[in-house]
Amino acid sequence: MATATGKVVLDGDALRRTLVRVAHEIVEKNADLDGVCLVGIYTRGVALAHRLRHEIATAAGVEIDVGALDISFYRDDVSSRQPVVHSTRLDFAIDGRTVVLVDDVLYTGRTIRAAIDALFDYGRPARIQLAVLADRGHRELPIRADYVGKNLPTAADERVFVRLIETDEIDEVTIR
Amino acid sequence: MTDRDGRRHLLGMADVDAADVERILDTAKSFEAVLDREVKKVPTLRGRTVMTLFFESSTRTSSSFELAAKRLSADTMSLKASGSSVDKGESLKDTVQTISAYGPDVVVIRHAGIGAPGLVTRWTDAHVINAGDGKHQHPTQCLLDLYTMREALGRLDGVQVAIVGDVLHSRVARSNIQGFRMMGAEVLLVGPKTLIPRGIEATGVRVSHDIRDIADADVVYVLRMQRERMAEGAAYVPTLQEYTARWGVTRARLRPTQLVMHPGPMNRGVEIATDVADAAQSLILRQVEAGLVTRMAVLYDLVTRPYREPAAAPVVAAVA
Repeated sequence: MATATGKVVLDGDALRRTLVRVAHEIVEKNADLDGVCLVGIYTRGVALAHRLRHEIATAAGVEIDVGALDISFYRDDVSSRQPVVHSTRLDFAIDGRTVVLVDDVLYTGRTIRAAIDALFDYGRPARIQLAVLADRGHRELPIRADYVGKNLPTAADERVFVRLIETDEIDEVTIR
Repeated sequence: MTDRDGRRHLLGMADVDAADVERILDTAKSFEAVLDREVKKVPTLRGRTVMTLFFESSTRTSSSFELAAKRLSADTMSLKASGSSVDKGESLKDTVQTISAYGPDVVVIRHAGIGAPGLVTRWTDAHVINAGDGKHQHPTQCLLDLYTMREALGRLDGVQVAIVGDVLHSRVARSNIQGFRMMGAEVLLVGPKTLIPRGIEATGVRVSHDIRDIADADVVYVLRMQRERMAEGAAYVPTLQEYTARWGVTRARLRPTQLVMHPGPMNRGVEIATDVADAAQSLILRQVEAGLVTRMAVLYDLVTRPYREPAAAPVVAAVA
């Protein structure tokens, strides 16, 4: 199916099933769920983190902490045009915990590098894991995700669009 | 102001529009979260250099600019020159060209000469921020005042602000009138005729010479009596005592819900009563706190958006 924004690779239903699967993987990989927290990267990673929290609660009956991380001040390209800055919200200590970073698309890895740097200014997590809805390849740093919703082999000139009901009124992932 | 090449500066409130102000205030808000942490520093401007040149005395502005730059991981260098020993002409140029040789990314300047920051833009490749030029402009003061007001009231549009006192000598008043109006606030100037510039109504403000007219304001913004100028024998007001009696902001002249602001340094007991300055309705210390995050946001904004976007091509209306 093709839309104005390209080929649909995940529709709403598939996106929901994907998140359920990722939630189960997080539960399986972390025996001590109480020590786990989810930290979404603005903008869409935050919405995804909240959904994963819900799915984890459904799957394992544990309500885990969710935070929101803005990485604007940690980017390696400050002199290029910056998106809107949000306020980081981490209302809990991350020291000694397993932080699962959540983002929509994993691409060059630079955002994740910035997010890891930012986290360390908030505390010293025991470990950091990474969950992404889509991995489109083309890494520029030695970074990989622990949980991948969907692998999307893409050409460099293609773009991946993630839309979520919370931010865009529809759930879908498209490539154009 | 921008250069011919589009390099951005902040010389006055005319250099920003409402969207710029909103963005800067939002960025400042997110720096609040940074300052709440144990690690109160972000690496954003690592490897950049911010130079501050203060040719006029200053405590809060120079210290907050320096700390703002440090919180962003920039290297800072501060130069203070006493006003009397530095001429406005060649020596300012020499000073700026000398420090420019170090390749600063941002130059912050305070100078008694109106327009001095504009001259500085010609002698350096850095972004220039005006930290006060004579009685002309003080844009970061205006931005931090807007930030403080927005935090306290939740909005700027439609807010009633009474600016009380020595408008004539005040660069803060000039920037604030412009900035407050830009963001949709209503401004009333209150003070003696001798201290309110004639014809200032043209900027969209109202004027009153009766202190009782501050009653309707959400915010009473008290200006510093520039005592140093009074001492020269210019008869702006007969005596400071008389000024205080007629226009001093005292508890009796305020409603408990009105907010009070002052750019500092205060002359307690002259333009503002001590109990008002220290009252719960006073935002004066919050203004100082806002100075840090707002100046961080201004530095961030100039470096991350170094050039003004070219203006959109004028839309030619189609004739049907």
